[in-house]
Amino acid sequence: MSILDSKIPEGHISKKWTDYKDHLRLVAPNNRPKIDVIVVGTGLAGASAAASLGEMGYNVKAFCFQDSPRRAHSIAAQGGINAAKNYQNDGDSVYRLFYDTIKGGDYRAREANVHRLAEVSGNIIDQCVAQGVPFAREYGGLLDNRSFGGTQLQRTFYAAGQTGQQLLLGAYSAISRQIGLGRVQMYNRHEMLDLVKVDGKARGIIARNLITGEIERHSAHAVILCTGGYGNVYFLSTNAMGSNVTAAWKAHKRGAYFANPCYVQIHPTCIPVHGTNQSKLTLMSESLRNSGRIWVPKKKEDAEAIRAGQLKPTQIAEEDRDYYLERRYPAFGNLVPRDVASRAAKERCDAGYGIEANDTMEGVYLDFSSEIQAKGKQTAYASGNHNPSEEEIIQLGKKWVEEKYGNLFQMYEKITDENPYETPMKIYPAVHYTMGGVWVDYNLQSTIPGCFVAGEANFSDHGANRLGASALMQGLADGYFVLPYTVSDYLAGDIRTGKISTDLPEFEEAENHVKDMISRFLNNNGSKTVDHFHKRLGHIMWNKVGMARNAQGLTEAISEIAALREEFYKEVYVPGDANELNPELEKALRVADFMELGQLMARDALQRNESCGGHFREEYQDAEGETLRDDENFNFVGAWEYKGMDINQSELHKEVLNYEYIKIAARNYK
Amino acid sequence: MASKTININLKIWRQKNANSKGSMETYKLDNVSTDSSFLEMLDQLNEQLVNERKEPIAFDHDCREGICGMCSLYINGEAHGPDRAVTTCQLHMRKFKDGETIYVEPWRAKAFPVIKDLVVDRSAFDRIQQAGGFVSVNTSGRTMDANAIPIGKAEADKAFEAATCIGCGACVASCKNASAMLFVSAKVSQLALLPQGQVEAQQRVLNMVKQMDEEGFGNCTNTGACAVECPKEISLENIARMNREYLKAMVSAE
Repeated sequence: MSILDSKIPEGHISKKWTDYKDHLRLVAPNNRPKIDVIVVGTGLAGASAAASLGEMGYNVKAFCFQDSPRRAHSIAAQGGINAAKNYQNDGDSVYRLFYDTIKGGDYRAREANVHRLAEVSGNIIDQCVAQGVPFAREYGGLLDNRSFGGTQLQRTFYAAGQTGQQLLLGAYSAISRQIGLGRVQMYNRHEMLDLVKVDGKARGIIARNLITGEIERHSAHAVILCTGGYGNVYFLSTNAMGSNVTAAWKAHKRGAYFANPCYVQIHPTCIPVHGTNQSKLTLMSESLRNSGRIWVPKKKEDAEAIRAGQLKPTQIAEEDRDYYLERRYPAFGNLVPRDVASRAAKERCDAGYGIEANDTMEGVYLDFSSEIQAKGKQTAYASGNHNPSEEEIIQLGKKWVEEKYGNLFQMYEKITDENPYETPMKIYPAVHYTMGGVWVDYNLQSTIPGCFVAGEANFSDHGANRLGASALMQGLADGYFVLPYTVSDYLAGDIRTGKISTDLPEFEEAENHVKDMISRFLNNNGSKTVDHFHKRLGHIMWNKVGMARNAQGLTEAISEIAALREEFYKEVYVPGDANELNPELEKALRVADFMELGQLMARDALQRNESCGGHFREEYQDAEGETLRDDENFNFVGAWEYKGMDINQSELHKEVLNYEYIKIAARNYK
Repeated sequence: MASKTININLKIWRQKNANSKGSMETYKLDNVSTDSSFLEMLDQLNEQLVNERKEPIAFDHDCREGICGMCSLYINGEAHGPDRAVTTCQLHMRKFKDGETIYVEPWRAKAFPVIKDLVVDRSAFDRIQQAGGFVSVNTSGRTMDANAIPIGKAEADKAFEAATCIGCGACVASCKNASAMLFVSAKVSQLALLPQGQVEAQQRVLNMVKQMDEEGFGNCTNTGACAVECPKEISLENIARMNREYLKAMVSAE
C-alpha cells in the first residue's frame, strides 16, 4: 500500500542515514524565523526537539500539561541510557547495539530506524556530558558503565538510579536556554485537545489552558508530538498520573495511523500491588538485576508459609530457593529481556510459588545478599584487607550497594516499610512502557503530512519489546539528531507559505468540537466518578489484554470495553466548571480516549495470531512456554486507520518488515 | 506489609482561585489504609467529595514516585510532612495515628502565588533557570568525546548530588524568609563543579541571583530549615559555594 511507504533510503545500512541526511533540503537561517513549529510534550524527545529547532532559529511553541517542562515523566527513568561507545572494551559496536535492539524487539522493528538509533547513540553521551549531565564516573575520572537486560556487555551509562532525571534536566536546561533567548515560547499547564488539519496538512492544535480553562488556537507549519506512551490505559502502571494518550489519539482520529497498539511492556521489577486505593505502581530499576538475584521458594509449602507470615525469606536455605531465571536461561541469567523475565515470574506465581500476601499472591524475591557478600569482599581486598571478617564484608558490601542504588533502596523502604539491605525486595511485573504508538516513516512523520511523532509516542524502534536503557536513547536521538534534519526538509516547502491564520474554518471546527466535548461531560450529571470507569477499564485490560492473552479473552474485552464506554458517557459525573482548574474534567477527557484505545489494543492483539516480545498469546507458545512467532504471516507492522466512533470499523494496514542485514531467528537467551 | 486502616480528620486550605480569599475547611475520612500514600488518601477524600456532589480538592501531583517535583503540600507545619527525605507522594499514612487531625496547606511564599486550593504557581523557578541554569552548548552532538575530560569521582559525585534537586519548592516554603537560595545554589554548584560549566560560571551566578531577587524571594539568613525539609537532602554547602561563586564573580566583574 503506497500510503504506508516507510521511505527507507537506498544504500547500505551503515551509510543510509549519512547519505540521506546529506541530501535533505535545508531552510536558510534567514527563513527560519518565518516558520512556526509546535512541539507538544517536553520529555526527552520534546525538550530536545524544541531546544534544537529553537536553536536553529525556527519559531517554536512548546506545550506541556505539567507546571514546568522539567516534570515530564522521562524524569522518572531510573537505570540508564545505552550507547555504543565500547568504553569498557568488551566488544561493543554500532552493529552490536543495532543487533541487540532488533533481537530484543523480537524481530518486529524496522532495521533502518534501529541502525540510525545505534549510530547516533554515542553523540548523545557526548552531548549530555557537554551540557553538564553528571553521569557516574570511575575513580580515574572516566565514565562508568553497567549491564542491562538482553545484552552481554556493558554499554549502559547512568547516574545512580536517576538517569532519566539527569538527562531530562540536561534537555530542560537546553530548552530553558532557548526560552530565555526568546526562541521557544513555553506553554505550561496546557493540554492539547485536537490537531488541526488544513488542506490535509497538520497546521496547528487546539489546547486548553488548564488554569483558566480557555480553549486556545495555535497555528504552525508543522506539529511535533512527543507525548509519551499510553500505559495508563491499564489505570495502574508505572506512568505518571497525568500520562495520557490524548494528543496522539486526536492525531489518530484526524488521520494518523496507530501502529502495533498491542505491544505493551510489562516490566518485571515493580513493587507489588498493595490495595484497592492504590493509584500507581512503582518501578524498581532493571539495573538492580545486575546485582540482585530473582527467586521463589522451591517448595510450595514454603511459599505458603511466607504468605501466611510464618516464615521469612532469610530463613529459606540456599538449596531450597529456585533462582528460576538462572535455571531457565543460564546464558543471560537474571539479565534476560523484560518480557521474558515478566512471563517467568507470572509462570511461577500462577503455579503457586508467589510470595506476596496480597489478593493475587503475586510476588517474587529480588535478593541482594550474594552481591553484598561479593562486593564487600572485593572492596576489602581493594583496600588491602585480605582477611576481612564477616561483619566487615557485609558492612562494605552494603556500602557498595548503597552507592549504586541508594535512592532505589530508600524509595523501596518508604513505600513498603521493609529494609531491602536486610531482607530481599518483593517485586512483580507491572505495565511500564508502550512500544506501539503513532505510525511514522523513516522521517518520523506520521501519515498526516507535517505531523511528526517522536519518543515513546511513536512506534518505531523497539519492535515488540524494548530493551532496558533504550527509551532514553531513543527520545534524545529523535529530538536532538533526527527531527532537526527531517523536519527542516519538510519545512523547506513552506518558506513562502506565510503565517497560518487561526481564523480558518478548520480551527473553528476543531475548537467547537473540543468545546462540545467539554460541555457534554460537565452537563452529563451521571452518578459515578471518572476514576470508577478508569479502574474498570484497567481491570479488563490487565486481565484480558495483559501479560498473557487469548482469542476468547480478547473477544470478550472488545465487547466489554464497548459496553463500558457506553456506560461511561451515560453515567459519568464531572463536577466543576469549564473555565477553571478542573482536574476531574482533565481526567474525563483522557479516559474517553483510553476507552477507544483499549478496544483497538484488544483488536490488534486478536489479529496478531502469534506471540512476539511483550505480546504473548497463550495459543502460540512452545513446550517450554517460550513465545512462538509466525514470521511467515505476521512479519509486519500493524497500522490502524480510524474509521469513526465504532472501533470495530478501524482498518488494518500492513508495513511488511524486510530484514536485509540481520538474519531473522528464534530469540534465544538460553 | 501489615495493612491496617485509620480514621482521620483533615483541615485543608480551600481557595477558589488566585483572586479570592481562602480558608481552612474540615473533613472527616474513614478507612484509610496505612499503606496508602498521602496523595492516595487525598484521592480517597476526593472520590468521597465527588460522590457527595462537592467540589474535589485541587492539588499538584504527577509521577508519584518522588522525582518529578510536582507534588507539594505543607502538612502539619512541615513541607512534605513529618517524614524525612521524602516528597508528599512518598509519605505514607503509616506515619499518622488513628483519630489524628492533619493540617494541609499550600506552599506559602510571595513568589509562589496560590492558583487554587493547594496548587501554587512555581514558574519563578523556571525563569531563574532560563536566566542561566545551563551550559551554552548547541545540540549538534558534535562536541568532544565524552571521555575527553576526566572528572575526579569526588567532584563528579558532588555535582551529581547537587543535580538531584527536583525543583519542588519545599526549601522556599520552609524558609521563614521564603528564600530560594538552596534551589538556586544547587544548580549553580552542579555546573560550577564541572569543567563544562566553569567557562560561564561567573555570568551564570550573577544572572541567576539577579533573577531570583527580581522574583521576590527573600534573603538567606542561614537558619537551615530548607536543608532539613528538602526531600532530596540537598546540602547547605551548596549555598556556601554559591556565595563564594557570587563573591568571586562580583570581585572580578568590578
